[in-house]
Amino acid sequence: MKITILAFGIAKEIFNSSSIELDVQEEITVAALKSILEIKYPKMSNLSSYMIALNNEYAEDDMVVHSVDEMAIIPPVSGG
Amino acid sequence: MIDIQIENEPLDVVGCTWKVGDAACGGTAIFIGTVRNATKGKKVIRLDYECYQSMALKEMRKIAADAMGRWDIQNILIHHRVGTLQIGDVAVVIAVNAPHRDAAFDACRYTIDTLKKTVPIWKKEVFEDGEEWVSAHA
Repeated sequence: MKITILAFGIAKEIFNSSSIELDVQEEITVAALKSILEIKYPKMSNLSSYMIALNNEYAEDDMVVHSVDEMAIIPPVSGG
Repeated sequence: MIDIQIENEPLDVVGCTWKVGDAACGGTAIFIGTVRNATKGKKVIRLDYECYQSMALKEMRKIAADAMGRWDIQNILIHHRVGTLQIGDVAVVIAVNAPHRDAAFDACRYTIDTLKKTVPIWKKEVFEDGEEWVSAHA
C-alpha cells in the first residue's frame, strides 16, 4: 500500500521535504515502518529519539498502520 | 475555561492575563517563556519555531484538561507562538487561576513542564555560524 508520512523539524530536513511517500506491505506495524525509514534515511538513526504519530496521537511500536491514517514523524520536541 | 491557541503573531501577555480573570479566583499564576540570547555559551541570533498544528492543539488541550482534573483550578490558558522569533520575544504564555494560589502555581508548572515533553512544536536555534534543531541529537 502507498502511504504518505508528514515530516517536521529535523525530519523535514533529513527528507528534504515536508512529506514522503512510501510503498509498504499491508498491516505493517509502527516498528517495521521505523526500520524501513532508518534504512532508507540512515540519518534518522542519529536522532536522540523519534516517534510516529497516527491520526494526531503518539503511536506505540506494535500498532498497525493503515493507508487512511494520517501519519507523521515526530522528532524530539522542543517547544516552550 | 480552557483556552488553547497557536499563533503566528506576537502574543499579548496582558490580554492573556485578563482572559483568565475570574471573580471566584484569588490567585493567577503566569509563565512567560521568552527567547534567550545564548545557549551553552553560544550567542543565539533568533529562533525558528514550527509545529504540527492539529496534533499540537490536541496535546495542549490534553494537558489543560489533565491539569483541570488534578488541581482545583478554574481557568487555564496556553498560547504558543510559531514562526521566526527574535531575542526577548514571547514564545509561550501559560496563565492559570484558582481559588487558592498553591493550585495555580502547581498547575502552571506542570503545564509548561509537560508541554516541553509532549507537544509537537520544534525550535531551531540560529547562531552566527550555523543552526541546530534543539534536542534533535543526543
